[in-house]
Amino acid sequence: MIGALLAVARRDLLLAARQRGDVLNILFFFLVVVAMFPLGVGPEKDTLRLIGPGIVWVAALLSSMLSLGRLFALDHADGSLEQLLLSGQPAVLVVLGKFLAHWLLTGFPLTLAAAPISILFDLGLEPALTLVGALALGTPAISMLGAVGAALTLGLRGGGVLVTLLVLPLTVPVLIFGTMAVEATSGGLGAQAPLLLLAGISLTSLALAPWAIVAALRISLE
Amino acid sequence: MEAILQAEELSCVRGGRTLFSGLSLRLEAGQCLYVSGDNGSGKTSLLRTLCGLLAPALGRVLWRGADIAAAREEFGADLAFVGHLNGTKEDLTALENLRLAAAARGDDDSLARSVEALGRLGLAGRGEVPVRRLSQGQKRRVALARLCTSRAGVWVLDEPFNALDRGSVEGLRGLIEEQLGRGGVVVLTAHQSLELPAGASRLELGAREGS
Repeated sequence: MIGALLAVARRDLLLAARQRGDVLNILFFFLVVVAMFPLGVGPEKDTLRLIGPGIVWVAALLSSMLSLGRLFALDHADGSLEQLLLSGQPAVLVVLGKFLAHWLLTGFPLTLAAAPISILFDLGLEPALTLVGALALGTPAISMLGAVGAALTLGLRGGGVLVTLLVLPLTVPVLIFGTMAVEATSGGLGAQAPLLLLAGISLTSLALAPWAIVAALRISLE
Repeated sequence: MEAILQAEELSCVRGGRTLFSGLSLRLEAGQCLYVSGDNGSGKTSLLRTLCGLLAPALGRVLWRGADIAAAREEFGADLAFVGHLNGTKEDLTALENLRLAAAARGDDDSLARSVEALGRLGLAGRGEVPVRRLSQGQKRRVALARLCTSRAGVWVLDEPFNALDRGSVEGLRGLIEEQLGRGGVVVLTAHQSLELPAGASRLELGAREGS
């Protein structure tokens, strides 16, 4: 059963390796958006330190939204999705396999990129590490919630914008706790509570979202 | 004899129009059903209903006595579906497509098995070519090669002969006869009335309404 999950993830990673541009574009979008803010706001260190975590989080959210279009749409268009759902494997595992590949291709690189980019905001070592940790714990929830939106809007015209409108409000708790964790570290308080809450949100969405995604995918195939 | 695939009083409504209603069918081991009918008569809808991709408006589909809506995974493991869409990835080679599809199904995904499958469909030596560089008919044959790598007892084939050249049509007919000989069942649609395997039954959709 885990074999099916890994087979789907392996397939998506191999496909991404053949289309590297798609993955790199999302990473560059993230870096460019984040880099624009210090230029626009000005070099005031205190201001930058204050807004830095929020900007990195919002940029990570927007970059993730960009990647959702390709999560199910390509498989839907070429018939692979119906093959995967008829594969005799639990559909939830298929969805988890696609989620795993999606996170490895978006959430994970964004998390790693956040470390060097936080220098632009003079965050300091400890808050920067907290930011990386918060992204690592929070981005799985973003991928999962995004996948629900992508599955619901599958086959709709103009689904890309709709998915962003549907999913972004749902990611507000992730955004709040994600920035709160960095603020708590800068302020000398422990970041444990917000980080645990982020982990909780991710685990809850991992446990519940796949069922919703499977239901939405089945409807879209009718 | 036990029915492998059975439909009871199926109705299908698409876009407010009833395509068929009260349709029952029963396929035992080694039986082939050839679904014919005009464009829009519901051939594809019937096949998708039999696969469980489309929920019937009324009625149910049974696989070895179990409702397929309740036994999705067991039925899926015993089902090979080739639809209008090939379900192959253009960026991957034919071999990668076959092996990854087999791995996702939990079937034998060894290189030898996939090479043999491509050989059966006349694609020997084309396995390392990305599917996007193959012709329409060759892409179709990559999709059909999945039939050779699976152990499924139920084959549901939507227009499998489309875009195939004469030699491949013969090859596919051979595969279907082997599958029936193994005790499998095959449901297929086709535009041209072809030489059906011996004992194939025929279902004409849309004839009763006379539309």
